[in-house]
Amino acid sequence: MQQSRPILEITDISLRFGGVTALSRLGMEVRRGELLALIGPNGAGKTSVINCVSGLYRPQEGTIALVGGDGERHPLTRLPPHRIAALGVARTFQNIELFKHMTVLENLMLGRHVHMTGGVLSGGLYLGRQRRVEIEHRRRVEEIIDFMNLEPLRSREVGNLAYGNQRLVEMARALALEPSILLLDEPTAGMNAEEKESMARFILDVHEERGVTVVVVDHDIDVIMDISDRVVVLDFGRRIAQGTPDEVRRDPAVIDAYLGHARGKPHD
Amino acid sequence: MADFLQLTVSGLSTGMIYALAAAGFVVIYKASDVINFTQGDLLLLGTYLIFFAVAQIGLPWSLGVLVTILLAVAVALAIERLVLRPLIGEPIISMIMVTIGLSSILRGLVNAIWGPAPRSFESFLPEGSVVLGPAVLSTGRLLSIPIALVVLAALWLFFRHTRDGIAMRAIADDQQAALSMGISIPRVFGVAWGLAAASAAIGGIMLGNIVGVTPNVAAIGLHVFPVVILGGLDSIRGAVVGGALIGLLEAYTGGYVGHGLNLVVPYAVLILVLMVRPYGLFGKEIIERV
Repeated sequence: MQQSRPILEITDISLRFGGVTALSRLGMEVRRGELLALIGPNGAGKTSVINCVSGLYRPQEGTIALVGGDGERHPLTRLPPHRIAALGVARTFQNIELFKHMTVLENLMLGRHVHMTGGVLSGGLYLGRQRRVEIEHRRRVEEIIDFMNLEPLRSREVGNLAYGNQRLVEMARALALEPSILLLDEPTAGMNAEEKESMARFILDVHEERGVTVVVVDHDIDVIMDISDRVVVLDFGRRIAQGTPDEVRRDPAVIDAYLGHARGKPHD
Repeated sequence: MADFLQLTVSGLSTGMIYALAAAGFVVIYKASDVINFTQGDLLLLGTYLIFFAVAQIGLPWSLGVLVTILLAVAVALAIERLVLRPLIGEPIISMIMVTIGLSSILRGLVNAIWGPAPRSFESFLPEGSVVLGPAVLSTGRLLSIPIALVVLAALWLFFRHTRDGIAMRAIADDQQAALSMGISIPRVFGVAWGLAAASAAIGGIMLGNIVGVTPNVAAIGLHVFPVVILGGLDSIRGAVVGGALIGLLEAYTGGYVGHGLNLVVPYAVLILVLMVRPYGLFGKEIIERV
């Protein structure tokens, strides 16, 4: 896997809400094909990074660029969220944002939205063609349902599913978009150790079998960090460290951020 | 019995026109949470536009219908783009006040252009009547029921099966998730206003045919509110059932109890529903987590 070329370049972004600075001149890159963990204590600005990339927040300074497979750079900082999604940036949310009144299948079909064409009129006029196109979308969605082991849940209304399953559906829906980069915001939040293991397994599968570049946000130094190729650590809206999981674990700045100012021997 | 049949047909036909306008209201509410007080005036606009296209310009009725729908859609898109879109994210009360203001402006414009006096208009729905047992039923009124039902069914299919319709349901369900799926909110809002105007314009065209071209159509347009409150603000099915019920109730009270009461009944229902079942017959029961 070629991991040298960047797919996402974040350069000196600053994000402020009134007097509160969420991100301050943050720079980082995501390399094509890697599994990157973005970690940091609560309030470090991890979710803000994801929201800036996906267009929900607009940083006051700095640039974010998505680099296509052909090397073309797409600046994201001025695009509305739906255009960013259409470029192949998919995400999940810390607090699970699903279409609760729809079934698993319908949620995943909505993940195909950017790949569907046709407006109000053509939808009504070319029924035959529309149907063939829909069958093709359906096939891809079924394949993802299979991949994520969601078969038994496919026609259940999403709002009634167990928490862990909702997380899987949300990830499956993001995959239905066929993203080139997948941003997962605390996919293991609220899970016990066993569930975290199984989620980590899924993330690894998505990354390895589907070849998607994955950025996982996590607030703990734990299982997610262990499966990552590289780790970026944030604290107070700045990048304080980056490197392999082992390097990061030994980094005094990281230990400091997680353990407070009781500087001393590494905790391990 | 003759009375009953006649009142039923007349109630259902106006009821289905309420349903057309109400369905437009529902589409906008579902997509954007905007309570659109101009919905009844879009009905009025439809009535005068068909008068303009057919009686004043002299287009054949088929072309006239098309022109009326296109013009109504253009007006609605202009309202959405120029007035409401800049207000996205403002408090609900601002949106409500703005659409109330727009409602007066639309009514004023219609009055300024076409004057307050009723205009004569040769109906293009068949004028005759159908004799059913003891009852003589107006063909125009009878016909307007299936026409409205076809339009309403098309709207319902739109929500179930088209890309934009499904996107609209998605936005209604979870806006953040919809954004992250690549759904364009401006586009969906535009489509919602366009559809709402088209469906109201079709209602207005039928009103022009069976009631006539008069400023009183605006009063009929106001019945959108009892209909959507009864049916549920976010349900197309509710708009149809609510429209039928309000239309029938009005016709029966007018016919059996006495003229005058029929003007009050829809609003009595509105108040009753708000007290007993505020989300209406088919509306989603919203449970707020605090």
